[in-house]
Amino acid sequence: MSSLSYFISRLLQIIPTFLIVMVIIFLLVRALPGDPAIAMADAKATAEQLEQIRERLGLHEPIWVQFAYFVKNVFTGNLGDSILMKAPVTEVILERLPASGFLALYAVLFSLLIAGPLAFVAALNRNGWIDVGIRSVFQIGLSTPVFYIGLLLLTFLAAQMRWFPVGGYGTTFWEHMYHLLLPALTVALYTSAIIMRNLRSSVIEVMDAEYVQFARAKGLPEHVILGRHILRNALISTVTLLGLSIGNLMSGTLVTETVFAVPGVGRLMLDAIFARDYPLIQGLTLTFAVLVSLIFLLTDMIQAMLDPRLRVS
Amino acid sequence: MTSSFSLRKSQLFVLLRPGFLVGLAILLSSIALALFPSFFAPFDPNAFNYSALKQPPSAEHWFGTDNLGRDTFSRVIWAYSVNIQMAFVATIFALIIGVTVGSLVGYYGGIADAIFGRCVDAIITFPFLVLVIAVVAVLGPGLTNMYIAITLVGWVYYARLMRAEIMGQLANDYAAAGKVMGYSDRRIIFRHLLPNAITPVIVYWMTDMALAILLGSSLGYLGLGAQPPQAEWGVLIAEGRNFITTAWWLSLMPGIAIVLTGLGFSLVGDGIADLMRPRG
Repeated sequence: MSSLSYFISRLLQIIPTFLIVMVIIFLLVRALPGDPAIAMADAKATAEQLEQIRERLGLHEPIWVQFAYFVKNVFTGNLGDSILMKAPVTEVILERLPASGFLALYAVLFSLLIAGPLAFVAALNRNGWIDVGIRSVFQIGLSTPVFYIGLLLLTFLAAQMRWFPVGGYGTTFWEHMYHLLLPALTVALYTSAIIMRNLRSSVIEVMDAEYVQFARAKGLPEHVILGRHILRNALISTVTLLGLSIGNLMSGTLVTETVFAVPGVGRLMLDAIFARDYPLIQGLTLTFAVLVSLIFLLTDMIQAMLDPRLRVS
Repeated sequence: MTSSFSLRKSQLFVLLRPGFLVGLAILLSSIALALFPSFFAPFDPNAFNYSALKQPPSAEHWFGTDNLGRDTFSRVIWAYSVNIQMAFVATIFALIIGVTVGSLVGYYGGIADAIFGRCVDAIITFPFLVLVIAVVAVLGPGLTNMYIAITLVGWVYYARLMRAEIMGQLANDYAAAGKVMGYSDRRIIFRHLLPNAITPVIVYWMTDMALAILLGSSLGYLGLGAQPPQAEWGVLIAEGRNFITTAWWLSLMPGIAIVLTGLGFSLVGDGIADLMRPRG
């Protein structure tokens, strides 16, 4: 199979998944006890306004027609109005996405810088005291909830030492870098624990592989083996791991945003929940799902580019 | 015979590893604290003491006191019963539902399996926390609704694992033999396949219990799980958040309990995984 047809077939696989995602989100809000119109309207809404909302949501129609409306609205980007922000949901989400995206990318960068070298050092000293030490520290990291890591950094580095701001996002690129340094580090300490653990075992797996033994038997110098054979193959598993950790990354970002008061979509989600802003909750859940499936797709494509074997099967 | 005997010996050796022993000690003492908090807590967790407001950690109040003079150490100990309960309640129903659905789907295959596969793909497309939060958003915050939400999302992961294991077991001769003998499907699934297939699921359950404690306290912190004034680690940390500059111990001390307990569960989980994993 050529790489183009691989990409196309992978793209087509998303469609059924995405349909079910929409069913889940559609049913989620319909599962609300009582009348969705009342849930979606202002507390002060008149009977007439409620009727208007029912009409707009198509609540008089059979459920499958309602679903068709919902799908149509999703594809035209019309997700209704946010009760909390008094603006279209799409607009509100797009306004908040950059801060979360910045934080997530920043966190990915940190996790790679933390997990990558440590995984290699641990794998090269397999079962030595350095390896055991690194793994023990990360084991503790895995048992620490994100919000607690964030609070520790916030208390000591921001509130006590005053080296960093206790929250916010700033307006320029460098202000973002400064404001989001602790939040990004928080998310990264959490995700890197997962990445490090898996990366270490995949580096070990590669080191034991026959082609590495063969390269060594050929008499290739150790740094060539490390650079050309081990690194390249470890890179493939790193991409996979990053792709698979996207859920963790998003969860981590969501929680961290509330700890550090970062104006991103995660914080918005919680604000929406406490305000019972169902259109916004629905829109945000959809956004998260779309982002994850796009990233899964991207991961598969990068993997296929790095590893020619995948394109064949 | 000798090889299988030495295998058992090397497996039992897992039980003597320091990591596993430390984990077991933490786990057992956590359960003791959860069962008998009044025996271990030095103060009444809800007693106000206006002569000891926001006191830093001391010999009398190990974790300090809060803005109402309540002893934080006692509150952390009372919270054990809620947080340890999370490890079991948040996972056990997901385990039961997941094992049942996964076994049936894996055994029968066909249309049910295809539909199941698509649904799993879709659910896994959501970050776990996001979907749990969305369900809590619909049901309303609170401990019971949190358990329902975690179960609704979590069983899928058990079912996916169980399905794969059952399908792997079906390839074995004994499964075919059961069919030839004319045993009922129920008997083959639950008496023959399930006991052979369940090991990885149990191993996953152990790690999931550690995750449930972390998730439960995170939701408590976010205000979606246990609600104040109930003493729960996440809630305690959230309450202390307002005093982070003047009384840091209110937020930071309860976290020690989370990290320790999470560590205990995952160390024991790792040990059991090593013990049950077939070797050779």
